[in-house]
Amino acid sequence: MIRQEFRILLIDASVGRGKIVLLDGLNEVAGGSGLAALLYVKYGQPALPWDDEAQPLIFAIGPLTGFFPLMSKMVCSFKSNYHGEYTESHAGGRAALSLRFADLDALVLVGKAKQLSCLSLGKNHIELKDASFLRGTDAESSGKLIRRMFKVGSGHRSIMRIGPAGEVGSAMACINVDTYRHFGRMGGGAAMGVKNIKAIVIHGDSDFNLPSGKDYPGLYKEVYSQVTSTDMMKKYHNLGTPENLKGLNDISSLPWRNLQQTSDPGIETITGKSFADQTLLRNGACSGCPVGCIHIGFIREKMAADNRYHYHQVAYDYEPIFAAGTMLGVTNSFDILRILDVMEKVGLDAMSGGVALGWATEATEQGFISERETLVPLAFGDAVAYQQAARHLGRGSNDFYRLLGQGTLKAAAVYGGGEFGCVLGQEMAGYATGELFFAAQTLGFRHSHLDTGAYSYDQKNSEKDVARAVDFLIADEPGRAFLTSMVGCLFARSVYNEEKLAECLGSVGFDTLSGSIPEVAEHIRALRWKVRAQTGFDPDNFSIPKRFYEVKTWKGGVDKNYLDNLKKEYGRRIQTIIGGS
Amino acid sequence: MKQLITPRMDQCIGCQSCSLACARLVYKKISWNTAGIRIHSSGGLSTGFVANKCLACDPPPCAEVCPTGAYLERPGGGVVVKKSLCIQCGKCLEACPVDAIYQDSMGDVFVCIHCGLCVSFCPQNCLEMIDSSRIEEVLI
Repeated sequence: MIRQEFRILLIDASVGRGKIVLLDGLNEVAGGSGLAALLYVKYGQPALPWDDEAQPLIFAIGPLTGFFPLMSKMVCSFKSNYHGEYTESHAGGRAALSLRFADLDALVLVGKAKQLSCLSLGKNHIELKDASFLRGTDAESSGKLIRRMFKVGSGHRSIMRIGPAGEVGSAMACINVDTYRHFGRMGGGAAMGVKNIKAIVIHGDSDFNLPSGKDYPGLYKEVYSQVTSTDMMKKYHNLGTPENLKGLNDISSLPWRNLQQTSDPGIETITGKSFADQTLLRNGACSGCPVGCIHIGFIREKMAADNRYHYHQVAYDYEPIFAAGTMLGVTNSFDILRILDVMEKVGLDAMSGGVALGWATEATEQGFISERETLVPLAFGDAVAYQQAARHLGRGSNDFYRLLGQGTLKAAAVYGGGEFGCVLGQEMAGYATGELFFAAQTLGFRHSHLDTGAYSYDQKNSEKDVARAVDFLIADEPGRAFLTSMVGCLFARSVYNEEKLAECLGSVGFDTLSGSIPEVAEHIRALRWKVRAQTGFDPDNFSIPKRFYEVKTWKGGVDKNYLDNLKKEYGRRIQTIIGGS
Repeated sequence: MKQLITPRMDQCIGCQSCSLACARLVYKKISWNTAGIRIHSSGGLSTGFVANKCLACDPPPCAEVCPTGAYLERPGGGVVVKKSLCIQCGKCLEACPVDAIYQDSMGDVFVCIHCGLCVSFCPQNCLEMIDSSRIEEVLI
């Protein structure tokens, strides 16, 4: 344990000054997700719009960050411009360890810088530098220039930056973290851009004494051994998350062509194995994670008639391949990487962007929109057109793309075609597994497939028992909320069960927290929902478009009555949590 | 005498498990700086990683300039460290030609002592302990 309270850096971007705040509550909210919610209670403005200068942009880590393997993620929370409510996004890279070794549990940004700026911070420094010259610069070039602007700390720092999408306020704008990771969903990039912050450089340059007592060294070695010797290592280390593409296609649960299909023979060229065999250039890891799940592919471009080439590195995972691949009917692995490369550069969340373009393609087919809106003719499978469209979407090239960047259903409300917008609270994740997942993503706290294990439940259960299914969601959430308060990677949840987390917390001196995990987990879950409710959450704000009722999975057609009842009951249970004392 | 070498850094994924393990188990610190091996990207994460560690010079220039005998010549290359003798003058840092020694804000210095503990914490098999006499080339 470093200290018994949270150490927070509160920065007012309007003046480029900060202050250190020591905050109680560690035994009640732990850190990460819980701390972020607590900080929104303290600094948030629930009644004000998302872009009010007073709104905080929060980055938080947990009590095990820096102490154990795979405690390698950071929580970012903010009032989202996607739905106008409080939300969270999570990312890895070097961000978490950099913040830990800057001796901070959280960074809170309020105010708005006078011009586009970069914030640099470390144990002994805070600096806000003018970066007006970076306006419109893509995320890749920005990274190169920021490394030149801030020379110290290479290898032990994190660079979080936005692309043009964040600058123009797209609700699909991500925050790029260390080139290959992202705070992807719900418009975190816009929350940063609206503060005129192009980048945050965190230099982790301090160190701490080992926890007292005999338990820590042995437990650290034990956990390291577990995470590197179990199936988890093999699963995420080998083919990585794309391994699931073929499996989900085989059980008719992989969305294709704007969810007009759930399976297609075209999968054969874009399986996890196919990506590994053809495109995989190398692997990478978040700091502190020996699993190393990051898969980086390459694209090679011929730039002249003679044999003149250049190449580019693009990270891939299951979800981006779904969004820029199957959802758009693109079945060439290199073409998928080319689309993702454009999304990376403009700072667009790949999942949201791909699903939005899937809708735009079907809307084009059905005559709701035309090339006048899309600027390029969109057709499923046309990867060149999607590269251009992704750039337009990220940069907000015209009224249509600016509106689409606020959300597929917002564009559909103007142009029509809402019934086939693949939106479950936000643009869907790549799981057409059935009714429970559709209900769970629609009402999940982050509208993420990782809020609960609904997609897994769908794959293992075919009976239609609303109470049992919703009981599963309700029971599954607190454990995940606690792990994202540590802040551990959810890939490690099989190792970091409640017993192991209690041991880990105890070994570094958090004895009270170690002995109260179930209660704290419930408290964190409730606190997050209450904060969100203060910003306007109501289950009735979210509906499920008609397309999801037309889906056929391995269980057959979606049962409308079952899906509606699941959503209704899950919403009721969430409201009970919000209304609880 | 065996020493730590980094012959397969092309395989490094930048997880920094080696640095963290050294800091935690050798130097009793929670850190990625206060370690005998430190991993850095070389111009952004798209260009790979380098290991910053003692190359086991024989004789070691850091030991030659140490005014108190805190750094002693180690058979086969590198140094044996007597921390209690260190006066935190920083001469060793200046003498090291490859920036392998780290000095923290309290003045303590950290260098690889070629114990080999980090080897088992590398998931990519980048590191190896080998007898000094068998080393054919320096790879970082």
